[in-house]
Amino acid sequence: MRVGPGAYLLLSALLFGIGVAGVLIRRNAIVVFMCVELMLNAVNLSFIAFAKVNGALDGQVLAFFVMAVAAAEVVVGLGILVAIFRKRSSTSVDDVNLLKG
Amino acid sequence: MLLGQRLRRLAGWLATLTVAAAFAIAVAAFIELVGRDAEARTTVLRGYAFITSGDLRVAFDLRWDQLSAVMALVVTGVSSLIHLYSIGYMAHDDRRETFFAWLNLFVAAMLVLVLAQNFLVMFIGWEGVGLCSYLLIGFWFNRPLPVVNPLGRLVPGEPDDRQEVWAPPAAKKAFLANRIGDVGFLLAMFLVFATVGSLDFDVVFGRASGLATGTATAIALLLFLACTGKSAQFPLYVWLPDAMAGPTPVSALIHAATMVTAGVFLVSRTHALFEASPTAQTVVVVVGAFTALLAALIAIGQDDLKKILAYSTVSQLGYMFIGVGLGPIGYAAGLFHLVTHAFFKAQLFLGAGSVMHGNDDDVDVKHFGGLWAVMPVTFWTTVLAWAAIIGVPFTAGFYSKDQVLAAAFDHGGVGRLAWVVGVLTAGLTAFYMSRYLFLTFLGERRWPEGRHPHESPPVMTLPLVVLGLLAVVAGFVLSTFTGQGGRIQTFLEPVLGLEAHEGTSAAAFWLSAVATGTAAVGAGIAWLLYGGRVDWLALRVRFAPAWRALAERLYVDQVYEFFTVTLGRAVAAFLAVTVDQRGIDGAVNGVAELVGTAARDGRRLQSGLVRTYALGVLGGAVLIVAFLVFRP
Repeated sequence: MRVGPGAYLLLSALLFGIGVAGVLIRRNAIVVFMCVELMLNAVNLSFIAFAKVNGALDGQVLAFFVMAVAAAEVVVGLGILVAIFRKRSSTSVDDVNLLKG
Repeated sequence: MLLGQRLRRLAGWLATLTVAAAFAIAVAAFIELVGRDAEARTTVLRGYAFITSGDLRVAFDLRWDQLSAVMALVVTGVSSLIHLYSIGYMAHDDRRETFFAWLNLFVAAMLVLVLAQNFLVMFIGWEGVGLCSYLLIGFWFNRPLPVVNPLGRLVPGEPDDRQEVWAPPAAKKAFLANRIGDVGFLLAMFLVFATVGSLDFDVVFGRASGLATGTATAIALLLFLACTGKSAQFPLYVWLPDAMAGPTPVSALIHAATMVTAGVFLVSRTHALFEASPTAQTVVVVVGAFTALLAALIAIGQDDLKKILAYSTVSQLGYMFIGVGLGPIGYAAGLFHLVTHAFFKAQLFLGAGSVMHGNDDDVDVKHFGGLWAVMPVTFWTTVLAWAAIIGVPFTAGFYSKDQVLAAAFDHGGVGRLAWVVGVLTAGLTAFYMSRYLFLTFLGERRWPEGRHPHESPPVMTLPLVVLGLLAVVAGFVLSTFTGQGGRIQTFLEPVLGLEAHEGTSAAAFWLSAVATGTAAVGAGIAWLLYGGRVDWLALRVRFAPAWRALAERLYVDQVYEFFTVTLGRAVAAFLAVTVDQRGIDGAVNGVAELVGTAARDGRRLQSGLVRTYALGVLGGAVLIVAFLVFRP
């Protein structure tokens, strides 16, 4: 069975929506991270889908960029998370509100 | 530096010698002037131009003509005598070298004023004398001065009613009143330059007759405003009586003989402008007459030795303005009265100073009486000046006052009114001056126990004698025997363009007789009241309301105080509270309030919760996408 680009995009949007909802709703920083990754990969999926539809490599190249950047982001983010956990014994993002005006 | 202390002691003599030298030079220049033809007596000394800007070129030009000569002789002559007197009067003052420096500065400024050839140089002198007046009125700024209670009863044995007053407010009052007048001088100067394009007297007066009547009137009235400030005429005269806070020689020199006559001189000098405007001339005459009468009335109610003389000066200046306001017929009369007044009023002030000097600086006539025996020179010289000011026949004041009154009568119109007022004032003058003389020198001795009045040293009595003699002889030296026309008129004619009097000698005789008779009545009433027959203190209590009005200077000062101080405070309060605090400060504070409120409300956005920010990012992204998708 042949699957059209519409299905990929629908899946991508679905994954992105789950990611957004997770970032906005969940308090655990690790879950938030996972949701961010989910959003990034949802976007990657749509890049790949468009690359296939257009028959060009630009989308695939961009997907690799996104993966590289996401990897770096996770490294830095988890580092910060560990530091915060050591200080506060908590990974709830709601506890980190030093910039409150 | 080495001579410092020694020079300090000699300061008075040094100052006197410089002024005497100026007098000698003035006399020499005068003799040279008289030696020339009557029509060729004007010399203009061209100085360097200190302002050159576009069309305006102002040079330090000086003018020596008959009018300058008369003024310069009076100024330097009287100044020399008063400087000499000051050596004795100020002998015990710590700051006498400052005093003499300022007194010399005054003479210099006065000479600049009378010798000026253009308006700006005259203004320099005009401001210079004003500054010296201010400095010298406030000379005893740190010393409380005695004042007299107008209704106080005499308590034998102790000085009554003493309260403290200070000189600085008087100095400020003089300064402010003069500033009001000086604004007039400045505006007149601007107007002259705007219409004529020059400030030089010859140029301006040459074109004066071609000026539009309105312009000429404006210029003349503004100049006269300056005169009312400097020469203490209504409505700006109020500073002069207060100026008596200064040392007595200052009162004699600046506030009687010379500076206050600058206005009369100004009108004479700029007579071409006044002649171009009959309205302005009428104003001068009316203001002069009104001031003469008002000041003479107030003088009756004063107990302060110097205040009596101060109001007398204001009144006599009114006579001079009547004279010079009449036009060609009265210039010489006004100036003649200026000269004779300089002599007798300087003597009267110096005599008053001598009385104060010998009576522990007391100024209250209630505390004198019978001084003739202990201060004979002061007494007899004061009698001479008294005779001159009330117009005893053949004294100086008789001639000069008669000439002013005769000119007023001959002028007709407003002059007749001025004549009536002038005769009335002559009677009042005789009354208050006789009162002054009787209360101070005659009658019973009323001075407190323990006071030992004494005659002043020769350095002070010599000027009294000279001025007293001048007060008697100056009249017939400068005039003819009948008092009509005479040397000073002939002398001043080329520069002022005088008209011959039209009155016959018989009319002149009767005019003179009326004025002298009125004066005799005034002096007679004074003799009845203050000659020792009547208990004048009881009389004063019985007519307390009337007396209080006179003693309180007819409430003119209070009215001024209401309009300047009280209204000024109200306006200031309005500006401070309504305009400044509510308006200007309100706007500034409102802006600050607005920013503060915005900041207070805006900080709620900074919740510190990452998820909130993320929601914002999402919302923003959705909006952008929606815009991209749905844009037309």
